Amino acid sequence: MAQLTCDDLTLGYEGKEILSGLSFSVNQGDYLCIVGENGSGKSTLMKTILGLHSPMKGKIITGEGLSQTEIGYLPQQTLVQKDFPASVREIVISGFQGKCGIRPFYTKAEKREALENMKKMRIDDLQKRCYRELSGGQQQRVLLARALCATKKMLLLDEPVAGLDPKVTAEMYSLINGLHKEGITIIMISHDIEAAMRYATHILHIGGDAFFGTKEEFKRGMFLNDRSLINGGERRG
Amino acid sequence: MAEVFDKLVYYFQNVPTVRYAFIVGIFIALCASLLGVTLVLKRFSFIGDGLSHVAFGAMAVAAVVGVTDNMLIVMPVTVISAVLLLATGKNAKIRGDASVAMISVGALAIGYLLMNKFPTTNNVSGDVCSTLFGSTSILSLTPTDVLITVSLSVAVVIAFILFYNKLFAVTFDENFARATGTKAGLYNLIIAIIIAVIIVLAMNVVGSLLISALVIFPALSAMRVFKSFKSVTICAACLSVFCASLGIIISIIDGTPVGSTIVAVDIAAFFVFWIIGLVKGGIRR
Repeated sequence: MAQLTCDDLTLGYEGKEILSGLSFSVNQGDYLCIVGENGSGKSTLMKTILGLHSPMKGKIITGEGLSQTEIGYLPQQTLVQKDFPASVREIVISGFQGKCGIRPFYTKAEKREALENMKKMRIDDLQKRCYRELSGGQQQRVLLARALCATKKMLLLDEPVAGLDPKVTAEMYSLINGLHKEGITIIMISHDIEAAMRYATHILHIGGDAFFGTKEEFKRGMFLNDRSLINGGERRG
Repeated sequence: MAEVFDKLVYYFQNVPTVRYAFIVGIFIALCASLLGVTLVLKRFSFIGDGLSHVAFGAMAVAAVVGVTDNMLIVMPVTVISAVLLLATGKNAKIRGDASVAMISVGALAIGYLLMNKFPTTNNVSGDVCSTLFGSTSILSLTPTDVLITVSLSVAVVIAFILFYNKLFAVTFDENFARATGTKAGLYNLIIAIIIAVIIVLAMNVVGSLLISALVIFPALSAMRVFKSFKSVTICAACLSVFCASLGIIISIIDGTPVGSTIVAVDIAAFFVFWIIGLVKGGIRR
């Protein structure tokens, strides 16, 4: 059984369908890139996978020991408030909150792990700094370290490189690639087809030409300009 | 100076209500400042104001009905309003600021109407004034009032410490917290209840119009200078206690109204912190 299966999903807001008949599955160790135009429903799909939003139809099944709350998540940058006083350390360790239940404080082991995650993201020297004074790339690494505290299995990244300069973008991709090599399943929403082709193992294209399959299949489809390999169903209406 | 000091010592030793006012003032200032940071960051600065008007309305109803202990009506009504305002949050048909404005002005009007229509004393405008600005009520506290206030304040502080990490997670990024299994709805509810309790308590000190100041000024001042959630919270708490003490002392010496004096000291502190923040920022640049 796959780690995450979406079965015949219909997504939308307030009775209005955005996307329908979407089926795909993600296995452990996959690197899935979700591509598609603005407004095609990428963010809604992401919120649905995270359980923030319920699908209009269809269901999301998690397997292989993954529960829905074990999906680490990197939000789009704009979500975080500008004047929020918070140190890097405070933000990273808040990734454990979901595991705390009613326990009020973090354990020593969690503090240690938070530090390790900060080292992994190369932000351990920034831990006392104020989040809002960091550069865009540093902020993304802080949020990635927080996501790592929340999961060891699956990361969902919403446009992780939006607004970053090319050098920082490359660094970010290589960090994410490193995590993938460690065995974490990656689901990434992206505009950047080039990067998707470089790193991903699978591609999900939503919107007009729906496609789900491996990168190789997607490439063949692109070159032949033939997207008949539709696995994930077409958009209706 | 020595004369002023003697006067203070005299009051403290011989007038028990002054001692009570001091104790109550400090505890309430501490509680009010704790949640200020969360409310300011969640863009709920005005919720305190709205709820205090609800409490005012409820108090008027309690007076008219003739309930001996106001708290029995005021506390539940305020808690329910807080839950309705904060917990329904995003999905309500009438949103955020509009619903706060509606409820607060509505409660204020009904409260005043009731107080006028069914006066319980001969001095209606005096009653209204002291409920709105807390002008004298803090100096007429009974030992029971003090006991209730202190125990509720201690409960608020303990709850705040136990939920501190959860409040941070929910305030900083509610979506992330929800997605990774934190019961954000529950904690929003807890924030709502705590804030309602604080407001009902604080009505005794600064009156219902000035409560917001007690909640948001220390937090805003601390945010000018400090950069982490923990340091901002601690600074806000200390600052609030300091300003409340100073305000009460000044009002005793000078005979000024307690509530507005405390708020005036809070405002002065805000400007001091603002300047410190500017200077610090300038140096870093």
